[in-house]
Amino acid sequence: MNQLIPAFDFHRVVIAPWTEGFAFSIWIVLMGVLVGTACGLVGNYLLLRRMALVGDAISHSILLGLIVAFLIFRHVDTPVMFAGALAAGLLTVAIIEFIHKQTRVKVDSAICIAFTSLFALGVTLVSLAESAGPVHIDADCVLYGEIALVPLEPPILWGQVALGPPSVLRMAVVTGVLIVGILCFYKELLITSFDPALAKSMGLKTGVWHYGLMTALSLVVVSAFESVGAILAVAMLIVPAMFAAQLSPCLPVRLVLTIGHAVISALLGYHLSIWLKCSAAGAMVVCGSLLFALAWAVTALRARRPVSTSEPESSGLQSAATLPG
Amino acid sequence: MTLPLSDVPLEVHDMSVAYHQKPVLYGIDLAVPAGNLIGIVGPNGAGKSTFIKAIMGLLPLSSGWVKVFGKPYAENCRRVGYVPQRESVDWDFPVNVMDVVLMGRYGRLRLGQRPSRQDHDVARECLEKVHMLPYAKRQIGNLSGGQQQRVFLARALAQESDLYLMDEPFVGVDAATESAIITLLRELKTRGKTVLVVHHDLSSARDYFDMLMLLNMRLVAFGPTPEVFTSEMLQTTYGGRLTILSEVVETLGGGTK
Repeated sequence: MNQLIPAFDFHRVVIAPWTEGFAFSIWIVLMGVLVGTACGLVGNYLLLRRMALVGDAISHSILLGLIVAFLIFRHVDTPVMFAGALAAGLLTVAIIEFIHKQTRVKVDSAICIAFTSLFALGVTLVSLAESAGPVHIDADCVLYGEIALVPLEPPILWGQVALGPPSVLRMAVVTGVLIVGILCFYKELLITSFDPALAKSMGLKTGVWHYGLMTALSLVVVSAFESVGAILAVAMLIVPAMFAAQLSPCLPVRLVLTIGHAVISALLGYHLSIWLKCSAAGAMVVCGSLLFALAWAVTALRARRPVSTSEPESSGLQSAATLPG
Repeated sequence: MTLPLSDVPLEVHDMSVAYHQKPVLYGIDLAVPAGNLIGIVGPNGAGKSTFIKAIMGLLPLSSGWVKVFGKPYAENCRRVGYVPQRESVDWDFPVNVMDVVLMGRYGRLRLGQRPSRQDHDVARECLEKVHMLPYAKRQIGNLSGGQQQRVFLARALAQESDLYLMDEPFVGVDAATESAIITLLRELKTRGKTVLVVHHDLSSARDYFDMLMLLNMRLVAFGPTPEVFTSEMLQTTYGGRLTILSEVVETLGGGTK
């Protein structure tokens, strides 16, 4: 047998994780589902607003936020790091907006200018701080993350009851807030994404909704990167939304499909990682991408079949029925 | 005749707009009387779309002010319906015809409020008026250009406004849609609504509109169509571009001038 691919042992790969390894597996898979759901939901809106790259940008500039927060407060407590990363995310968005609005630079170039310079500044500050003394920020950890470490975190206690690893609970809260936000403000997000000019003409504050979405994006990326890493968080932003876009031309259905994608890719990815003894987060994204390829293939095959071009029932209005299709 | 200020649908004073430090419009002054179909006509780059966008505050004014029914735009935005250029949105967006028409109702809903049954009824009526009700459940990506424009028009009708601003509604539509739109505009007029339409085609402008606004960065003329649609005025508006004009001037013949 090839050294690279271990033998497929059904019991080890499929049964054992959910029997003796349950307490371990459940948190990893749950984290995968939560990250996939939160990233995927935001990703749907990014895709619709043609802002897919902004997630990429934010995930890079987070490094600057982390190192600045560390240099100011001199410790690596989660709230401090969290605030720093969030601020860096919003700063990135503000810089992109500023460059785009104040100059004739196009949005894609503005995004590249903003995040590469912030990332470079972050790298510079990390090496600067390292030369002055030991820094507990590991650039590898920021970029790759490690979801398998999630169950090892000391759990948050509520009285005597262990609720679960802090990063999973944090991700759960962020995902919950995001879902409630989309349910409550579906209409506002829809109109500001589809026709911002009309939204503004109706008195909606399109800027507020833009920054609201960008704050959600920053929150999601910041909560996710610890476990799946910044690079994989970017994949989670785009792949589930693209998967859903292949399968449905209806936004609410796409949002639900995104959640389904998150569940399936987390489960498949986890078992794949046990089989191959590889990074779980990486395997989850690989499975997510395979699902996308599958969805694309299905759609492509469906498109090749002759489609019945049934017009809606004519309601007796000749002018509507005789319009050139 | 002097109307009470709140009855003037649109009053613009000394409006100037610049884009990237380049002036696009300057010193526009006009008061639009109620119940008219008004065509905004001028060459490419004359600032026609800019003018209606600036009215709604979509573009910042570098000077001047706008009043809608006697108040600043923001206070009366519900009384204004807007039809943007058809190409300004992504027609692959995952919504259907009904969803788009319902957006016309959003201006009346509170933050987080869902469209009610009544809103759906209004949306259906508006779709019926543009003969698109059978297409209510269709994805907007599967519509022809004319059908897309009808959906946009239905959405504006659903706004139930008193002043309508339409950006090139006749561009890229079939003859059936064009006549459907003009019938609709005339019906709006008989109901006392005021409609401003950015229009490209000089030859039809004279037949479609009661009043014309000739625009070329400055307001060249504004008044009843027979008074404004003269070869001198058009010459001033379009400058030296006589080739475009010659045909129109020919069709004008001895009619007005």
